[in-house]
Amino acid sequence: MKSSVFAGAANIWRNLPLKAKIGVGLFGFFVLAAIIGPQVQPYDPGAQTPLTMAAPSVQHWFGTTQTGQDILSQVLTGIRLTLELALLVGVIVTVVSVLIGVTSAFLGGIWDDVLSLITNVFLVIPALPLLIVLLGYLSQQGQTPTIVVLSLLGWPWGARVIRAQTLTIRGRDFIAASRETGEKTWRIILFEIIPNEVSLIAASFVNTVLYAIGASVALAFVGLTNVNSWSLGTILFWAQTDSALLAGAWWWFVPAGLAVALIGTSLVLLNSGIDELGSPRLRATRGTAKVAGHKIWPTDPTPVLAQLQAQRGPLGSFLHSFSRRSLLEGTSAGGEL
Amino acid sequence: MAPILEISDLSVAYRSDSGDVHAVEHVSLSLNAGEVVGLCGESGSGKSTLAYGAMRLLRPPALITSGSVRYSGRRITHGGEPVDILSMSQRELHRIRWRETAIVFQSAMNALNPVLRVQDQLLDAIQAHLKLPRHEARDKAATLLDLVGIPRDRLRAYPHELSGGMRQRVMIAMALAADPEVVIMDEPTTALDVVVQRDILSQIVELKDRLGFSVLFITHDLSLLLELADRIAVMYAGRLMETGSSQELMREPAHPYTRGLLNSFPALHGAKRELTGIPGVPPDLRDITPGCPFIPRCRYATGACSAVDMSLAPVAGTPAQAAHLTACPIVTPEVTKEASQEEVAS
Repeated sequence: MKSSVFAGAANIWRNLPLKAKIGVGLFGFFVLAAIIGPQVQPYDPGAQTPLTMAAPSVQHWFGTTQTGQDILSQVLTGIRLTLELALLVGVIVTVVSVLIGVTSAFLGGIWDDVLSLITNVFLVIPALPLLIVLLGYLSQQGQTPTIVVLSLLGWPWGARVIRAQTLTIRGRDFIAASRETGEKTWRIILFEIIPNEVSLIAASFVNTVLYAIGASVALAFVGLTNVNSWSLGTILFWAQTDSALLAGAWWWFVPAGLAVALIGTSLVLLNSGIDELGSPRLRATRGTAKVAGHKIWPTDPTPVLAQLQAQRGPLGSFLHSFSRRSLLEGTSAGGEL
Repeated sequence: MAPILEISDLSVAYRSDSGDVHAVEHVSLSLNAGEVVGLCGESGSGKSTLAYGAMRLLRPPALITSGSVRYSGRRITHGGEPVDILSMSQRELHRIRWRETAIVFQSAMNALNPVLRVQDQLLDAIQAHLKLPRHEARDKAATLLDLVGIPRDRLRAYPHELSGGMRQRVMIAMALAADPEVVIMDEPTTALDVVVQRDILSQIVELKDRLGFSVLFITHDLSLLLELADRIAVMYAGRLMETGSSQELMREPAHPYTRGLLNSFPALHGAKRELTGIPGVPPDLRDITPGCPFIPRCRYATGACSAVDMSLAPVAGTPAQAAHLTACPIVTPEVTKEASQEEVAS
């Protein structure tokens, strides 16, 4: 049983496009940093030492701040806090938007009217002023207010998209058929509708995480959070307040900035892989693309084996000779391929 | 007479995680000018894959693994060498599609865009392939509807305002828009009742005689082909079992599979007889067993059948240059005659 789970995972991994593999690797790196960071950080991120504004060295890989705090330790703690916040917001927003989107579309009638109205009301709330006003009052209570406010303002987008998608799926024949065979409503929603929306939901989750990271870092940067905790945003806040840029202390803001940028990049790359996981048809297309050595679009003419072999240059054929999956083995037509 | 479309040794496979599906295996089929060739077989026997593969219309995971498709339309070759569709680039294919080879798709309901008027869809097809000024294209669209017997005022109708038969006619009109030399019809009448079916078929024949195109007609309905087609190719499990003229096939089916098909529907004329059908199910196309794929369902199967190489050869007892070919060298007309006599005796 266990081995088959592993084999399945390995199969999924092998079929992922390169972009998604890079995304998974990069994101995994940051998740790992978030998990073990506080254990492996060399110093207490808040501890002040006489060694101020020191450039990166063997003792302090990322240098120190104006008050002699170790920046590597700050970044390691910061990644954890920022990812924690972003993933929490992502989960909350996704759950709420799926619940509201699917319910309003599937139940229809008065439910749809009421839920759509609520969605639309939340949609027109001007997010930025509200965030600033609310967090201006609540900023000293750690991350919770930020999570709540970001979640509150984040869900209507996903809910609308998912409601629209559910509406089109609900009208299709296979839903009518499963209703006819007597499936329960919750079963239809969970097993007939949701699987069709997996790529949409996953993409909306990834986008929300991205939005939460961006928003929380921006809010921290302008000081609208507890600036005495270490998140990627507060590191940037302190670098800005203590004019790291003027002093030429690039090591103060580059690591945190880079971390934000790389997490964002990894999420965008991840997004591109999700599409293929959700669609068996795209996966099958990739099999042929592997034989060809380049992407084959659905609108392309049917590929011809002899042409694919001819198009493959010397390097391509060399690499292909190592390929594990030999296509059409044992047929008189396929030969080596 | 040189064939206008000559498919030779065509193989098409669909890749899948559980093994490659060999949907078409080494099929050779030719289509002469002005001829109606019927391609028939059960669902999943590879008839559509053969036709679409030859036109390079299949999407991945389909892959053409061998063969050539030579087209010798006069507008393309100017009397010279035929061109190979399988070695064409996308641009070259675009040049021959519709203008040279057109397709009437299986379900007209899905092939017509529900939000566009019939006229706009006809104009799309015309303007994509012919450089015509707008008003001429309009006239052309109207003439096309005349051709298939739909009143001109239906030009402004939406697909849902037409009946199934009319929609199918619109599809045929659209296929004929650019005056093609070869028209592939993929079960164009399957969803229609027999009266409308009859109507459309006679119209197709009449149009063919008038405009001089050739037809490759795909269907699972052998009885329909016996009436409509000049020649018939019978397909099973991705391979051709028998080809021959309709008369030959009807009078003296050589292959046991064809005999089985003919025994599956009642004749309109002649004595009543028992309908037998063909027991069993078609084989899994993922693993190909050597020899004839029909062995498990064949009542004449012998040990020698698994050594048959499935190439078409003239039916025993017919002259070598005759066009009646079968893939079964075991079952000769004598064998079947004996068998049916035994049946009568018992």
